[in-house]
Amino acid sequence: MTAYRIRHTASRFLIHLTLAGGSAFMLVPFFWLLSSSLKAPHEIFVFPPKWIPDPVRWANYREVFEVVAVLRYTANTMIITVFSTLGVIISSSMAAYSFARLRFKGRDIVFGLILSTVMLPYVVTMIPVYILFSRLGWIGTYLPLIVPDWFGGPITIFLLRQFFRTIPLELEDAARIDGASRPRIFAQIILPLARPALTVVLVLSLLHNWNDFLAPLIYLHKRDMFTLALGLNALQHFESGLDWTHYVMVLATLMVLPVIIIYFLAQRAFVEGIVLTGLKG
Amino acid sequence: MQSSPAQSTPAAQTDRGLRFFHRLSFEETFFGWLFIIPAVLGLLLFRLGPVFASFYLSFTKYEIITAPKWIGFANYTKLISDALWLRSIEVTLWYVSLFVPLSLTFAYAVALLMSRDVRGITSYRTLWYLPSVVPVVASATIWRWGLNPEFGPINYPLKLLGLPAPRWLTDPDWIVPSIVFIGLWGLGNSVLIFLASITSVPRTFYEAAEVDGANSWARFRHVTLPLTSSIIFYQLIVTVINSFQVFGVAYVLFVSNPSASSAGPDNAALFYVLYMFRNAFGYFRNGYASSMAWILFLVVMLLTIVLFYSQRRWVYYETEGGGS
Repeated sequence: MTAYRIRHTASRFLIHLTLAGGSAFMLVPFFWLLSSSLKAPHEIFVFPPKWIPDPVRWANYREVFEVVAVLRYTANTMIITVFSTLGVIISSSMAAYSFARLRFKGRDIVFGLILSTVMLPYVVTMIPVYILFSRLGWIGTYLPLIVPDWFGGPITIFLLRQFFRTIPLELEDAARIDGASRPRIFAQIILPLARPALTVVLVLSLLHNWNDFLAPLIYLHKRDMFTLALGLNALQHFESGLDWTHYVMVLATLMVLPVIIIYFLAQRAFVEGIVLTGLKG
Repeated sequence: MQSSPAQSTPAAQTDRGLRFFHRLSFEETFFGWLFIIPAVLGLLLFRLGPVFASFYLSFTKYEIITAPKWIGFANYTKLISDALWLRSIEVTLWYVSLFVPLSLTFAYAVALLMSRDVRGITSYRTLWYLPSVVPVVASATIWRWGLNPEFGPINYPLKLLGLPAPRWLTDPDWIVPSIVFIGLWGLGNSVLIFLASITSVPRTFYEAAEVDGANSWARFRHVTLPLTSSIIFYQLIVTVINSFQVFGVAYVLFVSNPSASSAGPDNAALFYVLYMFRNAFGYFRNGYASSMAWILFLVVMLLTIVLFYSQRRWVYYETEGGGS
């Protein structure tokens, strides 16, 4: 019995050790980022590395606004994020409701087709879509980054459809007997009930737009149109010698911070979103 | 899938068919289509249409200013003798062959540990997942300095212990492993998905196995593994598809503008999509780049099909075992 207990305790200890060690490994880069963002440039390039900046240079966070158009980049990113997210939620929830609740010929074929494009690599459609937008004269505007989201996303449609199917039919039937039209049932009964699923979609879309790099890189070329992702990339390549590394670190911190805050605020939605989009199949 | 005998009797079928037919109403058809108009347009304009368009473009010479000119297979034959394209394949395959097995085994192992009922598990989960939400540009930025051979925090302990400290992002042989390493930092996604599937294995299965005298290895091998194999399979496909499309990290770390002529020392970071991007948006060779896109598309599809066939041998679906 004691041998069993020793083994039991030892295995627990090992599990904790591995998970805690791993957690530390996951966190070190964040700590390193934050610490470098508070250093003077020459303090970053020292051996052995200094973990705690001394002196702490808060001024970096003031100065960065003078060397980079931080507010501009942030505003640009937010414009794209807000309008894309709005579009993907409206268009996907409408389609998802139709696929989940309305019966009509061809429904399942269309849904199957949409679902089959979930794994379609972005790079395959990238060039023709670019040509389409350049014919429309939209290159250099936010439209190519926003408009596609107003035409539904396969994953979001799938996710919302699964959720809509769990809403009891009786609620809808009662409203229909009272004479409510489809659009009203959708807007006033289904959508309010779907808040948990809509939160998941919201969080996934915010994250995607905030983090996106390839699409803005393709479509935005003027500096004052840049998103944070493009700005951070440009700061490293064009403006900085090594003596700007601390500003790079500040900008990276400023870009990561909102995401982390949203993650902690909406952790459940995050986890559900990952698991739901991951477990389909 | 075979339907059960009760459902396939002719009487039952007509009955169901009739009921379905009766319920189809004009109102539902009307709003049904109305609500999916945006999604259908999106499917045609931004997904299916472009797939066929890029197939067509891959047989043309098209440099934006002039109209596309049909040149048959010329793009494809040119690819075979394009040394940089071959290099990009080499780099990408090297990455895929490292990243796919490492990330899947690693994520699954971590998920197994996390599925144990240990204290503080929620905080572990939170912390492990955190890097997954970091924007790709930011994580490339972090690791550009984090992997710095002289001053970075990764080489520091290696040097202290007197271990060989690789010159991560400057040594051509270490560039792909470095990017694998950065990718493994963002492993949380797969861990969460595996964890969800492992914890959804019914407890009774383990209890039954224990009664039969199965030790922990046997329980893992004969309960956990088969019951989560469909998710392992799904994750395998997703990881393979994504690994073929590495772009952001490599671009931020090694490329400064769309037409930059190199990607790291010895082009060691010239990933497939990076080279394709350069041709499309640096040189505006849209036809040529489309042929690259289609080859990637075919390879990814082919791999998915092969994996789907192979899954019959090793993926277990509960329905086959007579479960509900």
